[in-house]
Amino acid sequence: MKKRIWALLLTALVLSAVLGGCADGSGDDGAQSTTPTRAETNEIVVGLMNDLDDSLDPHLTVKAGTREVMFNVFEGLVKPTPEGELIPALAEKYTLSDDQRTYTFTLRQGVKFHNGQEMTAEDVVWSLRRCAGEGQDAPLVEAFAAIDAVEQVDASTVTVTLKEPNGEFLAYLTTAILPADYTGQDTDPVGTGPFRFVSRSAQDAIVLEKFDDYWGTPAYLDKVTFKINENADSLMMALQSGAIDLCNHLPTANAAQIGEDFYIEEGAMSLVQALYLNNAQAPFDNVLVRQALCYATDRQEILDLAFDGYGTLVGSSMYPTLSKYFDETLTDTYSYDPEKARELLAQAGYPDGFSMTITVPSNYPQHVDTAEVLAQQYKAVGITVEILPVEWNVWVEDAYTGRNFQSTVVGVDASAMTARAMLERFVSTAGDNFINYQNSDYDTLFAQAQAASDEATQVQLYKDLQRNLAENAANVYIQAPADLVAVRKGLEGVVFYPIYVLDLSTVRYTG
Amino acid sequence: MKKRRKNTMLRVGLILTGLLAALILLGCFWTPYDPEAMDAAAKFLPPCLAHPMGTDSFGRDIFSRVLKGAGTTFGIALSTVAMGGALGILIGAVTGYFGGVVDDILMRLGDVITAFPSILLALVVISLMGPGKKSNVVLALGLVFIPSFARVTRTAYASLRDVNYVQSARLMGASHSRILWLHILPNTRQVLLPALTIGFNNAALAEASMSYLCIGVTPPDASLGYMLSEAQGVFQRAPWYALSTGLTLVSIIFGVGLIGQGLQREKGGEV
Repeated sequence: MKKRIWALLLTALVLSAVLGGCADGSGDDGAQSTTPTRAETNEIVVGLMNDLDDSLDPHLTVKAGTREVMFNVFEGLVKPTPEGELIPALAEKYTLSDDQRTYTFTLRQGVKFHNGQEMTAEDVVWSLRRCAGEGQDAPLVEAFAAIDAVEQVDASTVTVTLKEPNGEFLAYLTTAILPADYTGQDTDPVGTGPFRFVSRSAQDAIVLEKFDDYWGTPAYLDKVTFKINENADSLMMALQSGAIDLCNHLPTANAAQIGEDFYIEEGAMSLVQALYLNNAQAPFDNVLVRQALCYATDRQEILDLAFDGYGTLVGSSMYPTLSKYFDETLTDTYSYDPEKARELLAQAGYPDGFSMTITVPSNYPQHVDTAEVLAQQYKAVGITVEILPVEWNVWVEDAYTGRNFQSTVVGVDASAMTARAMLERFVSTAGDNFINYQNSDYDTLFAQAQAASDEATQVQLYKDLQRNLAENAANVYIQAPADLVAVRKGLEGVVFYPIYVLDLSTVRYTG
Repeated sequence: MKKRRKNTMLRVGLILTGLLAALILLGCFWTPYDPEAMDAAAKFLPPCLAHPMGTDSFGRDIFSRVLKGAGTTFGIALSTVAMGGALGILIGAVTGYFGGVVDDILMRLGDVITAFPSILLALVVISLMGPGKKSNVVLALGLVFIPSFARVTRTAYASLRDVNYVQSARLMGASHSRILWLHILPNTRQVLLPALTIGFNNAALAEASMSYLCIGVTPPDASLGYMLSEAQGVFQRAPWYALSTGLTLVSIIFGVGLIGQGLQREKGGEV
């Protein structure tokens, strides 16, 4: 009998160890033996928190996480630099006509696609026309609706004519150039970037290899494996066990216990984290309620509690690294004032508050944590919050695409390095207006911004658009999170861009 | 000598469980801090006088959360056993007593359910009914636990249906339901009571595992399983979080487990 008690006790202890402690134990096997091997073979493993399960065709990709990785595989006529400039890439140079409507691109010669084919003017024309919506109902890249015509002048010259002058248009020509006659982009993409796509196994890994015939500065690494770990805790375990060499978007709580083998690079994430509100659903169709939520939110406390103090507060849909457009005066549109929030709620007809749900992708612990803090803060003004953690896929399908949510904590990025990319989605008719923001002033301002001929006016209009979002409390804006990247000691060269990408061509082993 | 031993087991189990139950009951009405109140100034405090189990990443008092969380886990386990037990005993009694085709069909159905790992099955039920509600967790687990109770009860009833006192009751014209519930049921307690305590433990662990996998109780509600999964992420920074939560779960399981074993000894020795 005594034996049984001990057996029971032992089982219970083992169970609690399994449930609670495995973060720590399952560690070291393999670390010592594999790490030098990877350095010798000049390859790294990158931890990835989300699978690349939408189309890998860069013109069809919708997820930021997919674009982030495929940035290494694809290039456009121009490409962004870490400083936020655009430099010629597949186009050697370009000129803009005097009426500001026609771009003439001189294509770089001898650029090879990953399948060995040489890039031709036909490929460029085909790619741009495809994005402009040739043969489809709508353009694949919304901004390409501005294109009037794409023409091939000779074997190395392509012109793009716009319907109206558009100062920002160039930023969208970072759109990938693809081989015209290739049909496998969806699953086996072919581009011109420093890395070529080798394989993807769902829920497991994506493998890229150095492209030897790259036209520009070649990548340092020979091979990069993206290892998918949708659970932040197991990602941490993989990191500590030595299975992963580099991992970005690290939750701050994890960054604090990263261990001796790694160092942290801190940059700014090019996205805006907010409590996005479904403006079409009661009670968030009422601007007073939305403003009340803004007043009820103590953003600094969110940073302190869920992000260890990292992050930059924002007040509208623009992040500080897009410094030309970022209007910092909007950051303090709403100060933390629960008293005021209650007044506004009473005015809106909710003197006793209401119940709401926050849908949150459960693979992003920072968003779940934020939702938890919000739930607590809103309690103070009588709002009861129910948190609905959902899988990332479910979030994309139901909440984002299906617009079936009441509110959600998530980060929204820009697909290109322009203010337009951040602000276009809030136009009433925009296909990706997942918060159902309907504001005629906004639509007018946005149209004006597109038509603006000189840059100063346009920048001002974009700032007005941000002010419109802030004053109408389209969402409860929180912050541009800090991007913490864990890098194994012995690796260097991580650079940050003002868009949501992870450039691996500059990463290298030291010495 | 023998008598004292078996009493010790039951007694220790009862005392431990009673203490915990009292604490949990206390937690329903009063906790030292609001279990959901966050405090940025008190993040990751190690155990001290003000916070006997320390604080978590949001500066919430872990002791208060453990009280609340243990209550959740305890409540769900109890409801699960109540539901699974009631239905399981009903099915087991009827099939065991009457036998026949209904017996065959119901037992094979039970086999089908037992063929799946219980967590997996509960996961399916949850995904059908929607996550985030405690009642759904209870329903899912209760459903999954029916066959095991049914089987134990059926065996007991099958072995008792032809014993003398049952036959005499029948001869005296007692109705089937009277025989089922008044004559046989009390005599199955030495099998059923331990089965119920074991079921309780399994349910408590199942709830913890489900919340650990984030398909059970959702934040900001506290539950031991969800707290363990939170604790795992910060194990190196705040080991006291995992320890205090884990030990509480262990104590609950251990206490109830002791009661179960003690009850088994109480009547009829080794079963």
